[in-house]
Amino acid sequence: MEDLYQKINQDAEFHALQKRRSRFSWTLAGIMLATYYAFILVIAFKPALFAIPLNAESTVTSGIIAGLGVIAVSFILTGIYVYRANGEFDRETAAILKRFVGS
Amino acid sequence: MNLKTSTALSGCLFLCVVSVNAIGSDGAVRTLNMPAISMFLVFVAVTLGITYWAAKRTQTAQDFYAAGRSVTGFQNGLAIAGDFMSAASLLGVSGLIFVSGFDGLIYAIGGMAGWPIVLFLLAERLRNLGKYTFSDAVAVRLQATPIRSLAAAGTLVAVLLYLIAQMVGAGKLVELLFGLPFNLAVVVVGMLMIIYVSFGGMIATTWVQIIKACLLLLGASIMAYLVMSKMDFSFEILFEKAAAVHPKGRDIFGPGGLVPDPVSAISLALALMFGTAGLPHVLMRFFTVPDAKQARRSVVYATVFIGYFYLLVFILGFGAVALVSTDPNYLDSLTGLLSGGSNMAAIHLSHAVAGDMFLGFISAVAFATILAVVSGLTLSGASAISHDLYVNVFRKGDASEKDIVRVSRIATVVLGVLAVLLGITFQEQNVAYMVVLAFAVAASVNFPILFLAMYWRRLSTRGAVIGGSIGLLTAFCCMLFGPTVWVETFGFEKAIFPYKYPALFAMTASFSSIMLISWLDNSPQAKKERAAFDSQFVRSQTGLGAEGAAEH
Repeated sequence: MEDLYQKINQDAEFHALQKRRSRFSWTLAGIMLATYYAFILVIAFKPALFAIPLNAESTVTSGIIAGLGVIAVSFILTGIYVYRANGEFDRETAAILKRFVGS
Repeated sequence: MNLKTSTALSGCLFLCVVSVNAIGSDGAVRTLNMPAISMFLVFVAVTLGITYWAAKRTQTAQDFYAAGRSVTGFQNGLAIAGDFMSAASLLGVSGLIFVSGFDGLIYAIGGMAGWPIVLFLLAERLRNLGKYTFSDAVAVRLQATPIRSLAAAGTLVAVLLYLIAQMVGAGKLVELLFGLPFNLAVVVVGMLMIIYVSFGGMIATTWVQIIKACLLLLGASIMAYLVMSKMDFSFEILFEKAAAVHPKGRDIFGPGGLVPDPVSAISLALALMFGTAGLPHVLMRFFTVPDAKQARRSVVYATVFIGYFYLLVFILGFGAVALVSTDPNYLDSLTGLLSGGSNMAAIHLSHAVAGDMFLGFISAVAFATILAVVSGLTLSGASAISHDLYVNVFRKGDASEKDIVRVSRIATVVLGVLAVLLGITFQEQNVAYMVVLAFAVAASVNFPILFLAMYWRRLSTRGAVIGGSIGLLTAFCCMLFGPTVWVETFGFEKAIFPYKYPALFAMTASFSSIMLISWLDNSPQAKKERAAFDSQFVRSQTGLGAEGAAEH
């Protein structure tokens, strides 16, 4: 098993795939972290920004919309990730593995 | 003690407990809520039946810890959501929204935002590297004895804190609903959970969790629907009514006093996000699915269920402000505050929108929630004791299947008894804060070592163990000397450590010391561990050599 790991690790195609996967994961993680911390930092430093009503009559505030926005972003990002990881990435990983271990 | 006798015993005990009733801990005579009791008994009967079925299928350690790796992504998603939708989320967060409005949402959103991070960075690598607990994934290239001891410590502290919160929730709920003394309620929860876990292992724990998740989503959906139907299905009307009766008026829709300063806000946010990514009982669920593909899928389903659930809790919290907070039926006649405390907001709301039967249903669901969550926690704690400490540290990996399962069962009983005692000790604490403390420990011990083991080649055992211990110690000290324990529990006048949420400090201490010590570590052992990184990387990315599904 150890030899096999080493051989796969030296494979150019494996490396190219890992690079793409890693860039994809970190991009999505970055978007999520940025969204969430933007929300938290507003609460921490500029809470007044989240107390603004949508319009003069409304009781719905910018903060509530922002909060729902964070939840929506989580939904969308997880969906995108799994679509690509379970499709494209899994297929390519399987193809690479096939060259090393057969069927 | 075999399963049948103990099942019968617990049934009898439960019935005696119910029939003694009627005199509350304050000596006041309360009326019995028969619908609640009977619905809860149905749940107990069904889950004990499942436990009996699961016990017959629990032969090996893989069955006990990982349900034979036969759980599907959808089922696991429900179970993960179930682990997360605890009494603290249902009662605690709706109670926080009831008291502080918008600020309660910070908890909900923080809990939500951690899931994508778990998915993008941890889930599949964890599934490909681990066996039963997250420590397996860390121990792939690090030295088993020290690193597993630390991981087990991180697991046990987080699990016990979380357990305390659940036990307190259970006691309060049953006290209010059944008119039973707090202590007795906690003992009943403890007994049932010991039966589920010790006999049915992960199979029973998973199914109890799935059933409860469905019931909870159903109950909360109905309640939210009924609330909205009283508001012409308009959020504007709901908010308008809530603002009209809340002492803070419209200010409840913006950030308020719950998070008093920027440091606390950031610290709480870190605890919620990275604590989610380090909760041992949730991480353990990734080993119950057959492969990485299903592991990813489970996170998507879990995210959807949890997100939906928090939307409901949001409606329930503001609904309780609008419909319950001024109704004298739900207020304590002496203090004018909500009877049973703010954590009971959702329970009172169920009565306000649909009467006794529905109150019974929601109370039974809330009780079932606690039972299911404490079972998951106990299993996780028991696996840390038996799989990590007993098998891999004490016996150096040399233990028979029978032995492993036996030790796990003993550990389950010990943890159950401990949880009952601690639940009684901490009964005056707000449950949501306790959960945040558990999250702080998960974020500053479990998450850093797991994350760095997978992503950072230079991590060495020495760095992980010393740095992780510093993180644990920091979290513990910040907790002990902070406002929650030092002032509220011990009764000192002023907290030595001024912040309620320790995660920012504990995570900084943990990450920086782990990285510094690893960086300076040039021992032969550290070199060996770095050399093993490539193989670990290939395994984590391809699933080659990962633990497969059961052969039977």
